[in-house]
Amino acid sequence: MFQPSPWRADFPAIAALQRQHQTYLDSAATTQKPQALLDALSHYYGHGAANVHRAQHLPGALATQAFETSRDKVAAWLNAADSRQIIFTHGATSALNLLAYGLEHRFEAGDEIAVSALEHHANLLPWQQLARRRNLRLVVLPLDADGRIDLDQALQLIGPRTRVLAVSQLSNVLGTWQPLPALLAHARAQGALTVVDGAQGVVHGRHDVQQLGCDFYVFSSHKLYGPEGVGVLYGRSQALERLHHWQFGGEMVQLAEYQSASFRPAPLGFEAGTPPIAGVIGLGATLDYLASLDAQALEAHETSLHQHLLRGLRDRDGVRILGKPQAALASFVIEGVHNADIAHLLTEQGIAVRAGHHCAMPLLRDLGLEGAIRVSLGLYNDSDDLQRFFEALDQGLELLR
Amino acid sequence: MSLPDQARQALEAFEQGKGWEQRARLLMQWGDRLEPLDETEKTEANRVHGCESLVWLVAEQVEGLWRFKASSDARLLRGLLALLLVRVQGLASEELAGLDLREWFTQLGLERQLSPSRSNGLHAVLQRMAELASNR
Ligand SMILES: Cc1ncc(COP(=O)(O)O)c(C=O)c1O
Repeated sequence: MFQPSPWRADFPAIAALQRQHQTYLDSAATTQKPQALLDALSHYYGHGAANVHRAQHLPGALATQAFETSRDKVAAWLNAADSRQIIFTHGATSALNLLAYGLEHRFEAGDEIAVSALEHHANLLPWQQLARRRNLRLVVLPLDADGRIDLDQALQLIGPRTRVLAVSQLSNVLGTWQPLPALLAHARAQGALTVVDGAQGVVHGRHDVQQLGCDFYVFSSHKLYGPEGVGVLYGRSQALERLHHWQFGGEMVQLAEYQSASFRPAPLGFEAGTPPIAGVIGLGATLDYLASLDAQALEAHETSLHQHLLRGLRDRDGVRILGKPQAALASFVIEGVHNADIAHLLTEQGIAVRAGHHCAMPLLRDLGLEGAIRVSLGLYNDSDDLQRFFEALDQGLELLR
Repeated sequence: MSLPDQARQALEAFEQGKGWEQRARLLMQWGDRLEPLDETEKTEANRVHGCESLVWLVAEQVEGLWRFKASSDARLLRGLLALLLVRVQGLASEELAGLDLREWFTQLGLERQLSPSRSNGLHAVLQRMAELASNR
């Protein structure tokens, strides 16, 4: 039965891609953008760009107002108590690097950082490098067979020496939700700060950072149907106070002399230099658009498409799905067939999916794989997209076998 | 510069190959003709990195002329490597350096396989060849 997406027409690029015979199933890498975002960018650039927080003139005041309104919208989206808890960065990666540098002073040799075995390089390497700089132990929490952090083992491994726990909310390779409530509660009880990489999780459903109980929550605008070049770092107020400044320059400073300076608190103290103004305004417009959608209908649509994807993969001989995906995506390999060959033939047929290690090389190695194919869904996908994918997969396999 | 015989054959076959299926079949056929590598040649030094699949390029010069062998664990990539080798086998360094390999793949209708965003590795193999040609 055909399952349309009622929101497909809101994304002009989907029709454009279709005219080029491209079926876009790579939304976990980045998403297409709603018309509301294009309009906001065009309005901002068409009506007068200006720098924020410094100019006394009218265009500067308008830009600053729009920029700060976006901060309010992000705070509302995450249910943060106060907009001052929202720091704009250049992406999830730069937010995580900010944390790894901003918290560096809190570590002593021998302290521990806990991450999971499924982290994206963005939530692994900043901590790994911090551990190397400071002689810390990086503790890697193992996974269970379904691709979720093994709670029993994790609760053993997170102890009094753990200063930071940094974990993904939703895996970008396995599509599994991680058992955050138990992990975060335990880590906090041990006195550790908690960091949630919400890069994938934020795109599916609404998440309340106060309820989640994390110290920091990070995501990238471009995966949430917003523009790239913008990231968000939410921090609990007491946790933000612990951060040391890390990048220095204009706008983040209170008083500067030749030999010394004092810095502003969050958020501006962590937004050195001219921020991506249009991008931040665009993210605000995207959130307005997303907030206007029927959340229940959206969830039902995504769940049903995801089920369709899993069913189709399971129906095919030799397909091995990695882990037990619960949302948004599925990664798989095919027995006796190199994933580069499948990727090649899918590309030839206009199916845009990702092949490779998905920026999680250690995870793929743990699974004994060189790479995998990942199909990921956005709210604009419909069942015909999946049908085209499956037909292309069958044709490709027929040719290869 | 006239085309080597095998390259001429490849060109004729691919010019007639219509549609993605036909071209994929041809690629697999050409890949099957690739001279296999000895296990001893699959060394780290011969690995071409920057590819999602394993790719090896073995290069030697005999009396000033290049002799290449190549392989991969991915089938379609083996086909692309075969098409590359038939074009460059037996060239001198100056000839190799002067050769527009992008043009060669364009003639075959395979130019999209060369894009740096493609993780198939052909791009990285061409870079390695260019380095070899300019170093000696
Ligand atoms: C789970 C996860 N974390 C972090 C990132 C990094 O995001 P960005 O490249 O936008 O900084 C990604 C992007 O692929 C991701 O999937």
